[in-house]
Amino acid sequence: MPKFMLIMRATDEGRAEYESIDFEEVIAAMGKYNEQLLDAGVMVGGEGLADDVHAVVDFSGETPVVTDGPYGETKELFNGFWMLEVASKEEAIEWATRAPLSGPGTKLEIRRVTGPEDFPQDNEWIQKENAWREENAGR
Amino acid sequence: MTDRPGAVAAGERSPAAVRRTVEAVWRIESARIVGALARYTGDFALAEDVAQEALAEALEVWPRDGVPNQPTGWLLTVGRRRAIDSFRRRATRADKYAEVARGQERARLEDEAGLPWDPDTIEDDRLALIFVSCHPVVSKEARVALTLRVVAGLSSEQIASAFLVPVPTVQARITRAKKTLAAARVPFEVPPVAERAERLGSVLSVLYLIFAEGSSASGGQDWMRTDLAREAIRLARILARLMPAEPEVHGLLALCELTAARFPARTGADGEPVLLADQDRGRWDRSAIRRGEEALARAVSVGRGLGPYGLQAAIAECHDLARSVEATDWERIVVLYEALGRVAPSPVVELNRAVAVSMAYGPEAGLRLVDDLVAGEVLGGSYLLPSVRGELLSRVGRTAEARTELELAARLCGNARERSVLVAKATALG
Repeated sequence: MPKFMLIMRATDEGRAEYESIDFEEVIAAMGKYNEQLLDAGVMVGGEGLADDVHAVVDFSGETPVVTDGPYGETKELFNGFWMLEVASKEEAIEWATRAPLSGPGTKLEIRRVTGPEDFPQDNEWIQKENAWREENAGR
Repeated sequence: MTDRPGAVAAGERSPAAVRRTVEAVWRIESARIVGALARYTGDFALAEDVAQEALAEALEVWPRDGVPNQPTGWLLTVGRRRAIDSFRRRATRADKYAEVARGQERARLEDEAGLPWDPDTIEDDRLALIFVSCHPVVSKEARVALTLRVVAGLSSEQIASAFLVPVPTVQARITRAKKTLAAARVPFEVPPVAERAERLGSVLSVLYLIFAEGSSASGGQDWMRTDLAREAIRLARILARLMPAEPEVHGLLALCELTAARFPARTGADGEPVLLADQDRGRWDRSAIRRGEEALARAVSVGRGLGPYGLQAAIAECHDLARSVEATDWERIVVLYEALGRVAPSPVVELNRAVAVSMAYGPEAGLRLVDDLVAGEVLGGSYLLPSVRGELLSRVGRTAEARTELELAARLCGNARERSVLVAKATALG
């Protein structure tokens, strides 16, 4: 069964509007939504992202350039994600439409998470990455 | 249930895409819909029928008119209407007006409240649905089919292809199951405390059966089988949320997660089975292992000790956390198998214990236990015993005997892939 990431994105405008909603309300709505995902047995992970720490490493030039955020030309910020294990893209979309989000420019992007089947397992670097994953397996 | 911000016009998506949306909504909501209808009608078989009718209608109407604003509410309304129709038909046949009046009254009340179901009873309805689907009066195959259809929201076609049986077989099993439940007057309810333990045992065994079926090596085209195992995990997660105080529910979930974590490494490039010892552990699904560990920790934290599923999960955890076969905590596995052998005695458990003993204390110690099993004439006819015995004999240097045992195992083995592994082992002994 494939995994999908639901990626929360918002413009500054949308964020400002979202932040004007009572924080308790936001927490309650998010909590309820997370409960629904857990009750349905589809949630396998998720995190929110803070905006107090922000830096960008830009690889456009010959050497990486580090700047403080926000991202130069990009108007949208990545605020958090859910990881869902569901049967189809449509099921991931169905869950996404139920997320308690609102505001101009607020979006949920749905992406499939890659698995071992997406990579040639006989590749030396893929094998090294597998070994690395194993060593760094967070207990 | 949540409002959809706006209806999606039919023209915006292809009929096939809308069809997949209907299936997605159904997967998410079928248990709640059938559960609510069963409570509303007091008739599980009728609820399942009208829910299927509602689904069929959605598959016909949505691709034409677009996905409604509230897809779940739409399905429930259609289901309820069909239930009322059915009540009316029955009333004309036999004078059961009271029943109709009651049904209509309920429908009116629920419409006025603007709520298709009572949020206070949804969870009970879902749990009742699981218990009824797994009721012991129904045959094992039918319990599996019913659970997958009403709780997991799979179609008869999907169930048939997962179990490699014809569609009419699945449909017949479900029809018969519903008749049996009605004949046995099984009430639509979460079983009373006195029956709870026994009934839960049946639920857990059905989920495990689905998982085991889905995880059995079937070579090459095994994607659908894996999906079946994932379905069992989803059901176990749902059950763990509904019955958090039951250690074996968490134990079963942990066992499934910890076993499925190894799926990505269990077959080779040509679909051949790869034994645990030879698996590339880097391909194991670390997040599944973490979820399994968490579920096992919850089973432990209930504080009533581990049951058979929890103990098997603890054994799976030992394997999943080990860097290699050599680094595995075999002594702990021996202890866990001893405990498992006491709460759920079986020759297979004893055989596994013998293997663990051979890993922890050497092949001679394991061989002694295996020889006891041979003397006890258990597991006769199974390839497992000679295959393990052959392996241990070869490790203690009794090569000729080892080859005989492995050849015997190969003859008894029903799975072509596994048989070729055994033949290769026997041949390698010269």
